[in-house]
Amino acid sequence: MKQLLVLSGKGGTGKTSVVASLARLAKNAAFVDADVDAADLHLLLHPKVQHREDFYSGFVAKIDPERCVECGTCRDLCRYDAINESFEVDSFSCEGCGLCEWNCPEEAISLEENLSGQWFISETANGPMVHAKLGIAADNSGKLVSLIREKSREVAEKEGKDLILIDGSPGLGCPVIASVSGVDMALLIAEPTPSGLHDLERLLELLHHFQVPAFVVVNKADLDDTMAEKIEVRCAEKGVKSLGRIPFDAAVVKALVAGEVLVDYSAGAAALAVKKIWDRLKLELNLLEN
Amino acid sequence: MSRTTIAVASGKGGTGKTTLSVALALALAKRGEKVRLIDADAEEPNDHLFLDIEPQDPQEVTIPVPFVDEDRCKGHGRCREVCRFNAIAIMDSKPLIFPELCHGCGACSLACPEKAIEEKPKVVGWLETAETRGVDFIQGRLKIGEPMVVPVIAALREREADEGWTIIDAPPGTSCPVIESSKGTDHLFLVTEPTPFGLNDLELAVGMARALGLTFSVIVNRAGLGERGVYEFCEREGIEIVLEIPFDKHIAATYARGGTLLDADEAWEAKLVELAHNTAKEVRP
Repeated sequence: MKQLLVLSGKGGTGKTSVVASLARLAKNAAFVDADVDAADLHLLLHPKVQHREDFYSGFVAKIDPERCVECGTCRDLCRYDAINESFEVDSFSCEGCGLCEWNCPEEAISLEENLSGQWFISETANGPMVHAKLGIAADNSGKLVSLIREKSREVAEKEGKDLILIDGSPGLGCPVIASVSGVDMALLIAEPTPSGLHDLERLLELLHHFQVPAFVVVNKADLDDTMAEKIEVRCAEKGVKSLGRIPFDAAVVKALVAGEVLVDYSAGAAALAVKKIWDRLKLELNLLEN
Repeated sequence: MSRTTIAVASGKGGTGKTTLSVALALALAKRGEKVRLIDADAEEPNDHLFLDIEPQDPQEVTIPVPFVDEDRCKGHGRCREVCRFNAIAIMDSKPLIFPELCHGCGACSLACPEKAIEEKPKVVGWLETAETRGVDFIQGRLKIGEPMVVPVIAALREREADEGWTIIDAPPGTSCPVIESSKGTDHLFLVTEPTPFGLNDLELAVGMARALGLTFSVIVNRAGLGERGVYEFCEREGIEIVLEIPFDKHIAATYARGGTLLDADEAWEAKLVELAHNTAKEVRP
């Protein structure tokens, strides 16, 4: 079983639209939306939830005002400025480290488990999908990404899938690092702009750091052919091969607005390019059953 | 002189946070107003590309991580007991530290009965500065491979201007890095685009803004591109749309060349200055 992670560094380059089309083309795959912070893949794959579970992660301190004598020990110790002058805990700042709890001379502080979201195992027209919804202003997205990836491996193994296709999140921080570990290949979706190139360079460095091999696809490539080529050359220098370009095509946004997957909606230039990219991916990843 | 801090965020990536933040800062500076622009997207900082500058003087951002003095350690394992981030394991009755999991809370060093744990700074990123066209610029840059960006953003937030404007370009998403970038600001602009993804992620961002108790308004980028969902949502929720940036080939082409909104059309200068002043009036009537 292979795990393919779609990343971009920069947001809004078209990861989710590409993943949804690849999901349609795949015949024996499971899917993961690892952008738990702003998950969108469900808007295109319309999963039917089969199983849902709460996601608890970390702790938040709670001060019992009856017991608290306002000695200030907790405020002195807390490195996150999470306790205000009225001895109330700001749950957005509290990291749940518990330092205040075991140092409170009055035993007035307890730690409560944090309900940070929900995760789902769902069915789509093309196979199982594991996804999640992080709670409003919740943290620990990296932990949630690790959890749903673990669940996706269980589901994929049970159902004999030979590919897990993972829609990643933008950036380079904790959710991305949690999504990178143990994948066989990354597929990078780049856009031909100065930000696109800059962000991709940092992403290439990250993938090098974690020794993850990758392919690149330049999306909306014909908006700036010179920049597209520059991106492909930079990638080639890092051993990252191009699997093709996707041209700018109004059908991409139209499909999105219609809540449809590009390759279902259109037989135009972008859809055609994505199909070619999928054929190459199958060869490269040796996906016999896809 | 008063001070106003405005953060620019969005649930979805690539909606135009950087476009807006840079143009807003340049427009105010052109009118001779004091502006500090903070690029808080330390994972992928891009403002400098559009300001056409190379930020200088990297200042280290560190978090304290524990080091064990093996001669002193008696293997009580108290450090592992108090660490809630699984950053300490005990191997052969000696602690083994995983610095990438450490949140720098200091519990282990305080708990050690032998005082065998010393905290030493670990670099997680840098702050870099530059000055251009009247904009006082500072950006965060996460060290590649480091998972925790929040300490870098926290360090940036300490560099808000004492007077005049501070514009904070936040990272995408709605979780910890965005919260750290926007909490306690005077106003939050949520930039979105009129597509189903834009709407879904705007709803999440609005939820975050409300949970943080922030006053906020919406800016629609690539207006005319898609559908009405974003507008209907804002109307239903009583959220003001304070600016629309049209879906326009000329703007996109200017962006692709590394140009700003002001390069695309000078008229944006007046619009953005008016937007900033109206926002400030709401903050301090």
